[in-house]
Amino acid sequence: MDRFTWSNGLLEMNETLVIQQRGVKLYDGEDKAKLDVGIALLSTHQLIWRDLKNHECCIAIPLSQIIYFEEQAAGIGKSQDPILLNFLKERLTEELSQKRWESTPMSQPIPTATNSQTGRTRAVGIVGIERKIEERRKETEKNISEAFEDLSKLMVKAKEMVELSRSIANKIKDKQGDITEDETIRFKSYLLSMGIANPVTRETHGSGTHYHLQLAKQLGDILLAPLEERGGMMALTEVYCLVNRARGMELLSPEDLVNACKMFESLKQPLRLRIFDSGVMVVQLQSHSEEEMISSALDNVTDKGSLTAEEFAKLLGLSVLLSKERLLLAEKMGHLCRDDSVEGLRFYPNLFNSQA
Amino acid sequence: MHRRGVGAGAIAKKKLAEAKYKERGTVLAEDQIVQMSKQLETFKSNLEEFASKHKQEIRKSSQFRVQFQEMCATIGVDPLASGKGFWSEMLGVGDFYYELGVQIIEVCLALKHRNGGLITLDELHHRVLKGRGKFAQDVSQDDLVRAIKKLKVMGNGFGMIPVGGSYLVQSVPAELNMDHTVVLQLAEKKGYVSVSEIRESLKWERERACHVLDHLLKEGLAWLDSQASGEPQYWLPALFSELTSLLSISDGGK
Repeated sequence: MDRFTWSNGLLEMNETLVIQQRGVKLYDGEDKAKLDVGIALLSTHQLIWRDLKNHECCIAIPLSQIIYFEEQAAGIGKSQDPILLNFLKERLTEELSQKRWESTPMSQPIPTATNSQTGRTRAVGIVGIERKIEERRKETEKNISEAFEDLSKLMVKAKEMVELSRSIANKIKDKQGDITEDETIRFKSYLLSMGIANPVTRETHGSGTHYHLQLAKQLGDILLAPLEERGGMMALTEVYCLVNRARGMELLSPEDLVNACKMFESLKQPLRLRIFDSGVMVVQLQSHSEEEMISSALDNVTDKGSLTAEEFAKLLGLSVLLSKERLLLAEKMGHLCRDDSVEGLRFYPNLFNSQA
Repeated sequence: MHRRGVGAGAIAKKKLAEAKYKERGTVLAEDQIVQMSKQLETFKSNLEEFASKHKQEIRKSSQFRVQFQEMCATIGVDPLASGKGFWSEMLGVGDFYYELGVQIIEVCLALKHRNGGLITLDELHHRVLKGRGKFAQDVSQDDLVRAIKKLKVMGNGFGMIPVGGSYLVQSVPAELNMDHTVVLQLAEKKGYVSVSEIRESLKWERERACHVLDHLLKEGLAWLDSQASGEPQYWLPALFSELTSLLSISDGGK
């Protein structure tokens, strides 16, 4: 932009207007210059830009000082504002090749640039953009190394707290009676805030942190309807996605969810966390009893003769994972038999039982 | 004449002195908890300051995230343990990884019927990025790995199997022991494997090879091509990306 000079926008005697184009915005390198929408005028000698809103504002660049120009595709969201339209571009190319300004010099000499020591002038366009990219890269690097420095200092302090918490934990282990329940709860919440694993209690004893208690209550409300819709059972990963999608931000960590679900029983919520032999974890409605599930599995299998987990899932509208668990449960209780082959796992009513 | 340090009285006195010394020397746990609470407040404000200056770095730079995680691990802190933790709340690290966890679960669920619950980390990465859209933050494979590690606590069999320099991500509780893993690694090069290949490379008996392959078939992790020239081939849908991209076109470009 430093080749542009303020101008009165008036053409000289020997100068002819070639073309003018409305709705042109000026950009300095990649940034929009302070000049917004205006008219670009191409003459035989210069390229002039005049602000549409403020006619006083007018700048110009002599064509002799344009070394290079390029057509730049409109950016995102700026579909209506090309910098140089085709007409203008063609004309500009023409004028630059014809160099009519040389044959008909203007009465006033155009001020030459002040900072071209080597005689090389900076092109508007690519070089400007490249320079900006490099500047930004250096800036980012500087920011990151600063961030690491600050982070290291922070980590030193965090480490002190880890050591302190270990010392406290050891003392709690040794003389259990001296610490009040209240203090233990507070300590646990400090550990939670810092992300330090709780070395004292492996289980939550039903008196985990206040945060998880609150969460468990919330979950008890939120999950009732979805559970009903899904036959009373949902895999924990399903719950995780459902809850976090609903929250949008301040999401729950997987551990938060597990810890909260572990508290359902002590809070007398109508939900339970249940872990199957396979390791699959589900949230289950208390109202959907074990017997119901098993007898429904048996009924369905007897009805169809035999069922795979996939077929059962389709029947009930459940996920394959959970329908498999139900079949396995019914098998465990002796009501179903399996046929395990390359073609898959298929369940049959246990005739040994019923016809023995 | 008194002789010092001798006799029952002296012993009792010594014991009393020891007790007093101990009392003065040891800091009680209750006091330490109070001390910790104060340090926590200070730390919290330091972290806030850090966040105000550098929160962007964490969001934008996956390299920074890796370093951050490693530093935390070194000192014994898990910044992703809870959404209520300071790290998560103030630096926003939590939301980034927890949301990623949701996206990983959804991708794995959507593809499970095709690959049996086994997917390469590359493909998972590709699909998660696609799902996030053009303008979302960048996500590296290291980010995925950390998010998956967190998902493990929810049961459901999330795990990672090292294969050919990268990983296969397992999202079903299918039992995969070392034999299965080794066969998967063998199949990685071509996307399929045969009984004789297994016998040649791993020097197993026929029964052992068949047992493993049958298990993979049953779990839906392998497909049998009995029409292949020569002997039957066992293909692993998790491992062939050309096939999956073809399938995704028929998906309606999901």
